[in-house]
Amino acid sequence: MKELFAILIGAILVENFVLSKFLGICPFLGVSKKTSTALGMSGAVVFVLVMSQAVTWLANEYLLKPNSLEYLQTITFILVIAALVQFVETVLKKLIPSLYKALGVYLPLITTNCAVLGSALIFVERDYTFIEAVVFGFAAGLGFTLALILFSGIRERLETADIPEAFKGMPITLVAASLVSITFIGFAGLIIG
Amino acid sequence: MAEKKKPFSVLMNGLIKENPTFRLLLGMCPSLAVTTMAKNGLGMGAAATFVLVGSNLVISLIRKIVPDKVRIPAYITVIATFTTIVQLLLAAFLPELNKQLGIYIPLIVVNCIIFARAEMFAQKNGPLLSVLDGLGMGAGFTLAITIIGSVREILGAGTWMGIPVTVDLFEPAIMFILPPGGFLAMGFLVALFNKLTDKKDKDPECETGCGMGCPGCSKAANGGEA
Repeated sequence: MKELFAILIGAILVENFVLSKFLGICPFLGVSKKTSTALGMSGAVVFVLVMSQAVTWLANEYLLKPNSLEYLQTITFILVIAALVQFVETVLKKLIPSLYKALGVYLPLITTNCAVLGSALIFVERDYTFIEAVVFGFAAGLGFTLALILFSGIRERLETADIPEAFKGMPITLVAASLVSITFIGFAGLIIG
Repeated sequence: MAEKKKPFSVLMNGLIKENPTFRLLLGMCPSLAVTTMAKNGLGMGAAATFVLVGSNLVISLIRKIVPDKVRIPAYITVIATFTTIVQLLLAAFLPELNKQLGIYIPLIVVNCIIFARAEMFAQKNGPLLSVLDGLGMGAGFTLAITIIGSVREILGAGTWMGIPVTVDLFEPAIMFILPPGGFLAMGFLVALFNKLTDKKDKDPECETGCGMGCPGCSKAANGGEA
């Protein structure tokens, strides 16, 4: 239980995916303009991350490992994730249209979100058990959500700020992201080991 | 429009005019994550270039036999294959670099630059032009992340490619090799690039190109308009 809690806090704050591991930067910069879209995207990411962690872990343990095909991990994972996203999209559309409406547009974007493939690669690297891998996926999703929502608030303010010509658009956004990232360094000492 | 493309201009296109990192703002994750040292930037750039050239070549060769509906999974498989090749080569011959770059090597699969070039270029052009495009884009990417790596390494550790360069000039600011420094250096370099190439960043086209860079390309990746 203690380990799971450490994984949870670790992935949300200490090694926040976006701000310290640089995973999922594209959606972080792409959809953080408004808090509402940030919320939608985050919801979809948490949802897919938890499911993909479970599926990729099973594929790795029962398909690749027994046949010593670990070198096919990258290909297998990305195809599993792509298929899963497609599957989730279809199922949601049929069964829970209201949720599909909320998350639908963001789902296709998630296949190429490096946070999803990244967390699958991380559980392999760290030899997580099934439960740990799923908890890690959930926590990584929450960390992504936290960063995205915090940042969208800042960007809404940036809209009205007076910015030098060359910095308009992306550059000032990156500088702002740097400042947010500094605050997360403060969590570094939170977990030992 | 894609009829008379000059090989040389295709090659040079990726370096400045459509520099994938500074201009198109694609592939941000590796650009920020591995650039704590110039050497890592160079290594990452070389690995990505290899994948880019290989996948561009294969995709342009198979573009006429792959049905449009399944082209996305087909492309992903091609790209993942080349990524795996790079991964195994690095593990065998450059284990140190492989360790430094870690999970960011397999993550080349989801690097938007490669997918974007497959969609935007390789599937519309012949093998030769596609290889040149891959080379040009790869060189542009390598150049950009080596620059970011150099800036961060010099400011953050006082060395360049491992050689001490600042000696007593100033105390290195460790922040630059930490994550915030990545965002900061990238922000200032993009601003500088905008200033030098004299492009107004506020025109609407670029606004979508920048902010929606990756989501835009992944939208195309999922069967929307290319």
